[in-house]
Amino acid sequence: MNLLDPQGPVAAANSTILVDSVFIMLVIVVPTIFAILAFAFWFRASNTRARYQPDFVYSGRVEMVVWSIPALTVILLGGVAWIGSHQLDPAAPVPGTGSPVRIQAVSLDWKWLFIYPDQRIATVNTLTVPAGAELNFQLTSSSVMNTFFIPQLGSMIYTMNGMVTRLNLRADNVGKLQGLSAHFSGDGFPDMMFDVNVISPLAFPDWVATTAKSDAVLNEESYKKLMQQGIERGRLSFRLADPRLFDLIATQHIPPGPGPELLSDAGRPHSGGHDAR
Amino acid sequence: MLGKLDWSAIPFDQPIPLAAGGVVLVAILAVLIWVVVKGHLPYLWDEWITSVDHKRIGVMYILLASVMLLRGGSDAIMMRIQQAVAFQSQGYLPPEHYNQIFSAHGTIMIFFVAMPFVIGLMNLIVPLQLGVRDVAFPTLNSVGFWLTATGALLVNVSLVVGEFARTGWLAFPPLSGLSYSPGVGVDYYAWSLQISGVGTLVAGINLVTTVLKLRTRGMNYLRMPMFCWTTLASNLLIVAAFPILTATLAMLLLDRYLGFHFFTNEAGGNVMMFMNLIWAWGHPEVYILVLPAFGIFSEVVSTFSGKALFGYRSMVLATMAICVVSFMVWLHHFFTMGAGPNVNAIFGIASMIIAIPTGVKIYNWLFTMYGGRIRFATPMLWSVGFMVTFIIGGLTGVLVAVPPADFMLHNSMFLVAHFHNVIIGGVLFGAFAGFEYWFPKAFGFRLDERWGKAAFWFTFTGFWVTFMPLYIAGMLGMTRRLQHYDVAAWRPWMIVAVIGMAVLSIGVICQIMQLVVSIRNREALRDRTGDPWDGRSLEWATSSPPPVFNFAFHPDVRGEDAYWDMKVRAQQQSLEHEDPEYHDIEMPRNSPTGFVCAFFATIMGFALIWHIWWMVILGGLGAFATFVVFAWRDHDEYVIPAEEVARIDRVNLEERRSLVSMAGAI
Repeated sequence: MNLLDPQGPVAAANSTILVDSVFIMLVIVVPTIFAILAFAFWFRASNTRARYQPDFVYSGRVEMVVWSIPALTVILLGGVAWIGSHQLDPAAPVPGTGSPVRIQAVSLDWKWLFIYPDQRIATVNTLTVPAGAELNFQLTSSSVMNTFFIPQLGSMIYTMNGMVTRLNLRADNVGKLQGLSAHFSGDGFPDMMFDVNVISPLAFPDWVATTAKSDAVLNEESYKKLMQQGIERGRLSFRLADPRLFDLIATQHIPPGPGPELLSDAGRPHSGGHDAR
Repeated sequence: MLGKLDWSAIPFDQPIPLAAGGVVLVAILAVLIWVVVKGHLPYLWDEWITSVDHKRIGVMYILLASVMLLRGGSDAIMMRIQQAVAFQSQGYLPPEHYNQIFSAHGTIMIFFVAMPFVIGLMNLIVPLQLGVRDVAFPTLNSVGFWLTATGALLVNVSLVVGEFARTGWLAFPPLSGLSYSPGVGVDYYAWSLQISGVGTLVAGINLVTTVLKLRTRGMNYLRMPMFCWTTLASNLLIVAAFPILTATLAMLLLDRYLGFHFFTNEAGGNVMMFMNLIWAWGHPEVYILVLPAFGIFSEVVSTFSGKALFGYRSMVLATMAICVVSFMVWLHHFFTMGAGPNVNAIFGIASMIIAIPTGVKIYNWLFTMYGGRIRFATPMLWSVGFMVTFIIGGLTGVLVAVPPADFMLHNSMFLVAHFHNVIIGGVLFGAFAGFEYWFPKAFGFRLDERWGKAAFWFTFTGFWVTFMPLYIAGMLGMTRRLQHYDVAAWRPWMIVAVIGMAVLSIGVICQIMQLVVSIRNREALRDRTGDPWDGRSLEWATSSPPPVFNFAFHPDVRGEDAYWDMKVRAQQQSLEHEDPEYHDIEMPRNSPTGFVCAFFATIMGFALIWHIWWMVILGGLGAFATFVVFAWRDHDEYVIPAEEVARIDRVNLEERRSLVSMAGAI
């Protein structure tokens, strides 16, 4: 999950900006740290060779320089930030080979549901994508906020109930990656890690066909069962009954997921904690 | 009768909080019994609990902060150990407990350690530096302190009665809403902060008014010590920002108590609005904490370099620039929420702009040292340690202000490392520097230097060993608040961090040892002159500890570094030996208003948390009645006769003359 080992163009661009920004700043930070240590050491009271200048309390030239150094750095970095924000906007298209794959991600308590509306399939806690194709994500949440993040593919984005966020990514190399939720969402939060299988574009249709044969069907009813609080250890896959399921969730036609079961003694420290263990 | 409260609120099946709570309870009882049996109660009541003296209140704030630092620190140790052991296992803390711990750690460290520590130092020192006898509203000051203490008390009660929030220290909805957090945890969180928030706001108003309206003769704005400037900026931010927090939490509480829909998923509630509001307070809050620390470093670096502060006006400008710009950057806390590229870029650049005045400050401290004669006493060590550490924190801070970089680092361990880097390296180092520097002023004896230096080196090293690995873990994709994890690459860094935590803990132990050793050797460490560090500002012009009236005469200020000027002039004029003419001094009377008010606020807060409505009314009426009684008071001042003033002042004057004549002889 190393951020400096990107597996897609978005992550590569993000990490380039990250590394470049660090180096731009190090250019002034390192000399400044050295100066602090050097001045502190040289002007120690016991050093008789250091000249005591109690009246050196103002110098227009020095002031000019000390305001300029950080200002120039910030102007430079500000440019990086401006251009970077526009080029790497999560919703900006990421051209790839072949036709884009639409994926609708829903964060549940505490698992990830990935709906492929065009392929009419859905999976839980495993995201399978073809290498090289543009991946158009639409994201929402069944209950509380979460953040969808695959470190080696780049940019993360929040999922929120009743709202849809957009993110475009691309995975360049076949392999196994990991994704996670990067926003605390309750007791089962640490178990919201998911596998990302990047497979070759030729194998993708096969995978879709196999998955579509699944006995399990994802419809409103089975979705409501799935959104109950709890951790899903297995890697489920479904045939998608209604390709509009995501819209029903995002527009709250399916009401938000329930919280912990309300016990009569709601003040107890454990309410809702059982599922997580 | 008791609302939601029953025996199931006590976590009998959870040994850790129960044992911790038990130990604390026994310790408190033991101290109380000791106080009563030894007959110290009247002394404590008359001299401390009801005191409206800004110095006493400052000391109590710092005491509160120190005690809560131990609590917040134990939480930190438990979290570090959990993350070190919970690799492919559940560790020793179940999620519902771990989640409470990190929520409590954040809440306590910000609201009940950092805030009271800096407010305490400002309370203690600012009136002295301004050359005045008290703050603008002395009784209000006491109310502010006791309300803060109420908040701290409620947070700790949650350890044994019920639970604390399991939502993180900012309690984001909808997770903190009633549907997803039906327990009392979020209520403990919100009511503690509402009550202590009132205290903080009161303290802010008080200190702003003090700096703006109460300055001694000749102390115009551009002669104020840097610490007064940063106090002004910080408290202006308090006055502007804390009402936002209060309003936001009030809306959250309306959602939870009365079925409103400000931040719920349903009925048009908007969770993004909570994010905006809480950070519109939360970002200025960071500067509320760090600006006073910048002020402390300015005082310390200048004093121990034997020079006036380099570029004083530039520093004033930088301080006020930070004060203003800090209100325009809150959105950088959620670049990943899907705002457009223009919004992200503008807030990213605004956040970087803060780095300019901050950078200027670093360079001005650097040039204050240049040409100085630097004495490396403990406060100076903390300051140099701060400069080196804080620059790295600033670097990573500017890095996460670049939106594309933040898209990778948001909410990660990298971020955790970043804000600990600035809050420990900036605020806590500053608080410790101020503590070491002004301790002799507050208590009349110095702190032991050997233990102080040991504390610095252990804390400094411990900090680096703890938090640098967290930066690396963040670069390896690790997010924060994980109760357990399966990624092998993260494990070694968590283990290094726990070792760092051990070193850091030794630092804290050294700090405690320093206090013990210094109190035992206080006669040897006695500061008779009131000026142990060869200081430059007015707090050193009076005795240590200062008399209740601070100054027998309002000092006459003729430039920056007022006291340094006086010392220089006194040497030139070989001292005026004739005795000055003393006058009666009026001082504010002590008042139990603050304590009584907080007593009722505690009852009310506890009752609100548990829905015990009759008790809410009782507490509310009690607190209101206390105010009414105070408002109807007839006498609020007493007079210290001139002879008494003369008697107290002469002792110090003699000591000081011998000091100056000695210096003159050299």
